Amino acid sequence: MKTFAQDWQLRPLGRNIWRGGVAANRLPAFARAVKDQGGQLIALWGSDDRHLAGAFGEGGFGIHGAFLTNAGLAWVTSHLPAEAPAYPDLAHIFPQAERMQRATFDLLGITATEAVDNRKWLRHGAWPEAVFPLRGDFDASQTARADTDHYPFIRVTGEGVHEIPVGPIHAGTIEPGHFRFSIIGERILKLEQRLGYTHKGIERRFVGMDLATGARLAGRVSGDTHSAYSFAYCMAVEAATGTTPPERALWLRALFLEIERIANHLGDLGYLGNDVALSFGFMQFWRLKEDWLRRSARLFGHRYLFDCIQPGGVAVDLPAGGAAELAEACERLAVEVQRLKSIYDEHATLQDRFANTGVCTPALAAKLGLTGLAGRASAQPWDARAQFPEVPYDELDVTIATQRKGDVLARAEVRFAEVTESLRLIREIVRRLPAGQIQAPINQVHSVCEGLGWVEGWRGEVLVAVRIGADGRLDRVHPHDPSWQNWPLLEHSVLGNIVPDFPLINKSFNLSYSGQDL
Amino acid sequence: MATRRILQQIFKAGIVSEPPPQADPALRTKEQDLHAQILEVFGQALTIRHVDAGSCNGCELEIHAVNGPHYNIEGMGIKFAASPRHADMLLVTGPVSRNLEVALKRTYDATPEPKWVVAMGDCACTGGIFGESYASCGKVANVIPVDVQIPGCPPTPIALLQGILAAVSGSRGKASV
Repeated sequence: MKTFAQDWQLRPLGRNIWRGGVAANRLPAFARAVKDQGGQLIALWGSDDRHLAGAFGEGGFGIHGAFLTNAGLAWVTSHLPAEAPAYPDLAHIFPQAERMQRATFDLLGITATEAVDNRKWLRHGAWPEAVFPLRGDFDASQTARADTDHYPFIRVTGEGVHEIPVGPIHAGTIEPGHFRFSIIGERILKLEQRLGYTHKGIERRFVGMDLATGARLAGRVSGDTHSAYSFAYCMAVEAATGTTPPERALWLRALFLEIERIANHLGDLGYLGNDVALSFGFMQFWRLKEDWLRRSARLFGHRYLFDCIQPGGVAVDLPAGGAAELAEACERLAVEVQRLKSIYDEHATLQDRFANTGVCTPALAAKLGLTGLAGRASAQPWDARAQFPEVPYDELDVTIATQRKGDVLARAEVRFAEVTESLRLIREIVRRLPAGQIQAPINQVHSVCEGLGWVEGWRGEVLVAVRIGADGRLDRVHPHDPSWQNWPLLEHSVLGNIVPDFPLINKSFNLSYSGQDL
Repeated sequence: MATRRILQQIFKAGIVSEPPPQADPALRTKEQDLHAQILEVFGQALTIRHVDAGSCNGCELEIHAVNGPHYNIEGMGIKFAASPRHADMLLVTGPVSRNLEVALKRTYDATPEPKWVVAMGDCACTGGIFGESYASCGKVANVIPVDVQIPGCPPTPIALLQGILAAVSGSRGKASV
């Protein structure tokens, strides 16, 4: 793939990240080249670069794509004119681009020409059409609303077909979003999602923020993925400023990331049991999760490790005796989880409900770009920790958990395997944790600079792109959640299933609303 | 046989909601104290409808946690309901996103009187790190009347239970915005 990088004149930006520019009219050819070699589009976003004329770029707008290739992550930018910025549609090559293109238009007024779906995505009625909140000249004090919030759902018609609208406020303790089911009898003919209800202007909020506060905000893009986001953000800031955190800090970041992965997987495995009426499973796994959270609070001061990762390093060290306590806790948890797994394995009702439910075939997963945990359950064997390891993963030899069936059972199995692997990783990390400092000062910024962070969170890859202005404050930050790619696959996976299985299928993906609504 | 193993496991795990001696005694006192007070004040079940009005999902993690076996909230007479029409209390998280403002107001209107509103977490109390913007209304009290605010990012399960109790132990349905 070095040839690929050379062909497209990409230069290295960090160990596994490539950076380059492509003329807008060549973007589809670039995307096609990535796809032909088995790659995927990970993220797509825009930027208003008009204030940077001369200093950086060409002073119009920018459209950015992050592509997964065999050589690593390729971050390419096309410069667009200040007047009527537009680029060719990429969704016909990578379908996962569609919602990202729509969001880019809502926030920046950058058009994907010849795109099939041009409906609004994040805007709803909160601000008027033709007002673009991420543009530099946007009046941040404006509070005008759109007169109406009309959204044309795709209707299914025919004898016996009817609709069930669900949400935005759901029946359980979950995030808000709207699901429009078209059904016949109990079977789902079509599901259409409408998201964006938790859009709270995060990307705008980043603008002008200092680097330390930016880490706190990045960690709150999706609270269940706090460590992955703050990790990716700090990685981007450090790449941009040329700062190298102490090795001990990098190992501790990986420790936090694996603790977070286990906490989420335990919770999901419990809820998956609950959703097939095995409340035993919920109570047992949440007993384990609660003990796990309390240990984090005791060792690091926060149940979910909030704000433990900071630019330049980490805020808290592993206390004396912590290594032994964690290693011992991992041993015990491994035994407990294995015991519960053997019950899940033998439980006829649970297996019956899990198997062949909510299937996403490997072919469909590859075509639509299913990623992360759900992707690995549909034979998409990508895990940045294994293929593109940074410190300390380059020394830990991470095993990728994969399944082929792509059903609820496969997604549960991947979680079980990943819990086991993360428990091994934690034991390795605390055993081999290098001594030394946990914090390095961030290098002073003298001109506009940029960096990208890429971390395998529990749900999938988390990306944070950062541009820092000459004043040392954040100029543009784009956080990307794997849920962007995976939400559309949920629409496909429920087809032909019965409505009562939807909560189970939905939980098996457990996608983020806040992470994609921004 | 799965059933046999389930019974074995239940027996083995025991009842974690009444912690054995090695648990934190301060915590147990609090839990038992809350239990007694809720029964005294309310004398029956308290039904809560949770509304995520734009949260990062951090507070939701703790609402899930409080439903776990350590906290035994159903034993305290507290239950989460699927509809606001069945609820005595709305538990609202997040800064209120403008995309969800109308839905939150409708949920409030759909909750029968008398009712309490508890704002959970820094964002719900003050707008938090997201603040007010073109996309965010900020704190919950900017949109509907709030009785109790529970700070924290996110508030711990114990703080959450204390906040719920603080709401029900005040005058019934009294709003203090």
